[in-house]
Amino acid sequence: MTYQSFGPYTEARRLEPAPSAALLQRAATIGGTALSRYGVVLGFLILWQVSASLGWVNAAIFPALDTIVVALAKALASGQLVGDIAISLQRAGIAFGAAVIVGIPLGLFMGQIRAVERALDPILQLFRQTSALAIYPIFILFLGLGETSKVAVIFWATLFPLLLATIGGVKEVDSKLIEMARTFGASQTTVFARVVLPASVPAIFVGLRLSATTALLLLIAAEMIGANKGLGFQVMNAQYNFQIPLMFGAIFLLAALGLTANAALVALQHHLCRWSIVAR
Amino acid sequence: MHADHTTRRGEVTIRDLSKSFALNGQPLPVLRNLQLKIASGESLAIVGPSGCGKTTLLRILAGLEQPDAGQVLIDCLPMRGMGAERAIIFQEPRLLPWLTVLGNVAFGLDVQGTPPAEAKARARHYIRLVGLADFETAFPRQLSGGMAQRVGIARALTVQPEILLLDEPLGALDAMTKLIMQEELSRIWREEQVTMVLVTHDLEEAIYLADRVLVLPKEKGAVARLIEVNLPRPRERSDNDFVAMRRRLMAEFGLSRPVMGSNVGL
Repeated sequence: MTYQSFGPYTEARRLEPAPSAALLQRAATIGGTALSRYGVVLGFLILWQVSASLGWVNAAIFPALDTIVVALAKALASGQLVGDIAISLQRAGIAFGAAVIVGIPLGLFMGQIRAVERALDPILQLFRQTSALAIYPIFILFLGLGETSKVAVIFWATLFPLLLATIGGVKEVDSKLIEMARTFGASQTTVFARVVLPASVPAIFVGLRLSATTALLLLIAAEMIGANKGLGFQVMNAQYNFQIPLMFGAIFLLAALGLTANAALVALQHHLCRWSIVAR
Repeated sequence: MHADHTTRRGEVTIRDLSKSFALNGQPLPVLRNLQLKIASGESLAIVGPSGCGKTTLLRILAGLEQPDAGQVLIDCLPMRGMGAERAIIFQEPRLLPWLTVLGNVAFGLDVQGTPPAEAKARARHYIRLVGLADFETAFPRQLSGGMAQRVGIARALTVQPEILLLDEPLGALDAMTKLIMQEELSRIWREEQVTMVLVTHDLEEAIYLADRVLVLPKEKGAVARLIEVNLPRPRERSDNDFVAMRRRLMAEFGLSRPVMGSNVGL
């Protein structure tokens, strides 16, 4: 036999580096890119601190970072901001959770049935393209100025990115994989559970991350327009009362909230999608 | 060469099979009244120009397409849809990227409701058989094309089909990997004693692997021809008989002068 000497093992070893070596290489690359990745952020913060403390900018409206941190720490220690954080998290959390509960199953269903998707797509596009903030007054009209209208408007804005991403994910599942599963006698349900659902997970995560960002955006806007509690309200309130360090403190808290939410979703995505490469 | 033909299964009878597709509103016949009997444990290659219906025939055998007329009998019973006695290997590996090699190979059994422990054990056996024992935990994106196709082959074998359907399984591989895989397929076919139906456009591959070669014509009115490959196994591509057979098969496509005294049968 002419090619016996090339045997399967030889071919395999020749073509594939050991998994551990690949992992090590990846770790080194991540370590190396960390500095180039966060260097600019670091430089920005240093520039901020220096320009405020050396008087390059008006420290009254652009306070130094240490002033902001002290103001923020005081506000947190006194419990002043804690209630605001809690109510903001609650509003965004309920709305986002509801969007997940409604959006993902609905998207999975719609993506599977072409006729439903075709019939509903135009109205979905219409709703998506209409700014949620523009229709916030309608929500206030129907639901009053209380919690319900705020949660409702955040839910509304959060639902569409998630729904559309899920539909897109389901529609883009490779039909050849579905056919492969069917040749083994997989039922409709099995094909859905074993092929369609896992294949859609990366797209669903894109939707989740978009939705989380949207949830925070709408949270702040809604709290600025009609609230007397919450981080968005505190940003406005601090500005009205000229507590500029506190205002920046609240803004930093919001930024931290957004980063944390994104990091949590990325971590979850890494856990669920070890098989695909995840972008941050 | 083959063990006991009477007790083994996986016999395929094709009766008056016809299939046409619609092309710009016109019916385009690809298979016309095809008659064929594939013996249990036989290795049959189907060759022909593109558009001759060879892949369609295989997809009908897999239950992925319905014939317009005629029927397929498997072990004397009419074939219905997809069945566990058949498994197909596609040109692309079609691996699920979120499953490891082990998960992918066990997929067919999982879907068919085999207990996970048994499915894994059987999957491991076939992973070893295709030479990927060191790659059980690898994900498809970490595999080369040849390795991924081995996983696809192992996945089909794991459900222990009586009939293995192969749709140009090595068509996308590089020349060297292809030769290695042809040898592997030949060995697997002998060890597993399955009926093998192989669609290929590689005449050498057909001669290397098949007991008989079905030549499907594209022209209207032309008949399908069956050619016996009476060469001892394991086969050697550079043997005179092998080369002569290759020449005879190429003559079927007008690619070489017909060999005198060829015993081409129908």
